[in-house]
Amino acid sequence: MILVISPASTVMNSGPVARPDNMTKKNGAAGPRGNNRGQTLVVPGEDLGNSEDFEAGHGVMAISGRLKAVKQGRLSEKGGSISVDPTHTRYIPRPGDLVIGYIEGCTNNLWFIELGAPFNAILPMSLGPGKVDFGGTRSVMDIGDAVLCRIQEVEETHSSVVTMKGMGLRKIRSGVIEEIDPHLLGRLIGKGGESLRRLKAEAECRIVVADNGRMWIDGELDGILEVRKKLSEISGRDIGGEN
Amino acid sequence: MGGYGDVQMIDENGLRMDGRSPGDIRDITIETGVIPVADGSCRMTWGTNEAIVAVYGPMEAHPRKIQRQDRAVLDVAYNMAPFSTTDRMRPGFNRRSREISKVTKDALESVVLLELYPRSKIRVTIEIVSAEAGTRCVGLTAASVALADAGIPMTDLVVSVASGKINDVVVCDLNKEEDNYGEADLPMGILPNSGELVFLQMDGDLSQEEFKQAWDYNMDAAQVVHKLMVEALKGGDSQ
Repeated sequence: MILVISPASTVMNSGPVARPDNMTKKNGAAGPRGNNRGQTLVVPGEDLGNSEDFEAGHGVMAISGRLKAVKQGRLSEKGGSISVDPTHTRYIPRPGDLVIGYIEGCTNNLWFIELGAPFNAILPMSLGPGKVDFGGTRSVMDIGDAVLCRIQEVEETHSSVVTMKGMGLRKIRSGVIEEIDPHLLGRLIGKGGESLRRLKAEAECRIVVADNGRMWIDGELDGILEVRKKLSEISGRDIGGEN
Repeated sequence: MGGYGDVQMIDENGLRMDGRSPGDIRDITIETGVIPVADGSCRMTWGTNEAIVAVYGPMEAHPRKIQRQDRAVLDVAYNMAPFSTTDRMRPGFNRRSREISKVTKDALESVVLLELYPRSKIRVTIEIVSAEAGTRCVGLTAASVALADAGIPMTDLVVSVASGKINDVVVCDLNKEEDNYGEADLPMGILPNSGELVFLQMDGDLSQEEFKQAWDYNMDAAQVVHKLMVEALKGGDSQ
């Protein structure tokens, strides 16, 4: 992780770099330097070859005839397009996603919900929990409260509307909420939900995983600690602090 | 510049006070992911300079009046810790930190794809923990590493290096004495892949030839620093 190099004696690794023109079936998208589970890491600005040979996918841009990585991540090639699977992501809302948000503000008839996304969502009174009187939003859910809700719609301007009308959608009153990067959720859930099922059984906890990377864990303390340990392993950082 | 032209800073062998030849830069260490709660972070030491940068966002921009309908806003804050220099630095914003925050923001705005996140904000906080000379270069370089670490889309990394003139000799990467008693200073922000310039300031006077020499030193040093940045970003991945 730490790199100490004296410029006077700088000898850089100048090994072959994966580019669309030197990719073979054997090497795959990783190119000749394939390591790290067969995928090459790229950083913003890295040249990925001629833009005529491949289409620019996620995290890649075609700039004056050349493909350039615009995100840090792993290079992947699928169906004639080349893309970067980022190592760090922020949640971008999509309609239908189950999310856990915190109330960040209220007006007389709606709540502002923070989802960990670049833009806050709104929860109108009409889509709130049960019947709410005009002006009574704060008495039902106050600033700082956590809610389990679903994205109803995302507009062109990126503003999104969430709803609490639906099965299991509620204000969260017990347990804890933890957070990991959204792109790591696949690793937590596993194929067909296998890993998550196992974790639930081992920890004897109720775990609700939301698409924005947050999860609601409800159960005994030992179970919660076990889940936190698993999350720390997945995300590579300490989740839940000192226990 | 200090104007003490008679201070001898280059010996008869052409070496500088710290033993470097004119084109050499100081030792550099780069570490990513140093602040667990931040979306991206970087700790960079450059000689005895040390900068810690944290990046948060993209997030909803507050207050609402700063929101731009077509793009995200970059909120860059450069600050020197009170203990970063031998003379105690008065805490808080001052004219110098405001200027450096602005030029850093302008440099980063030319690489970050802000139009992907309209109405949001990306917060970049640069804290100088130890200052020798060239903290704006360290801050800008570390900020671009932290932005990449945070997964912010950007067309290139930014490398910032300064060259200057001491005892009528153009040298690369000035240290404190050279900065204080030298005759000129030329910090530049360079996009290493395209060679484009996103930031340039000049303090003191340089002739056309000297300017060209300083330019070449900066361009060469940028490639060396860029390699270190790439290695740190690739090696710092813990997934």
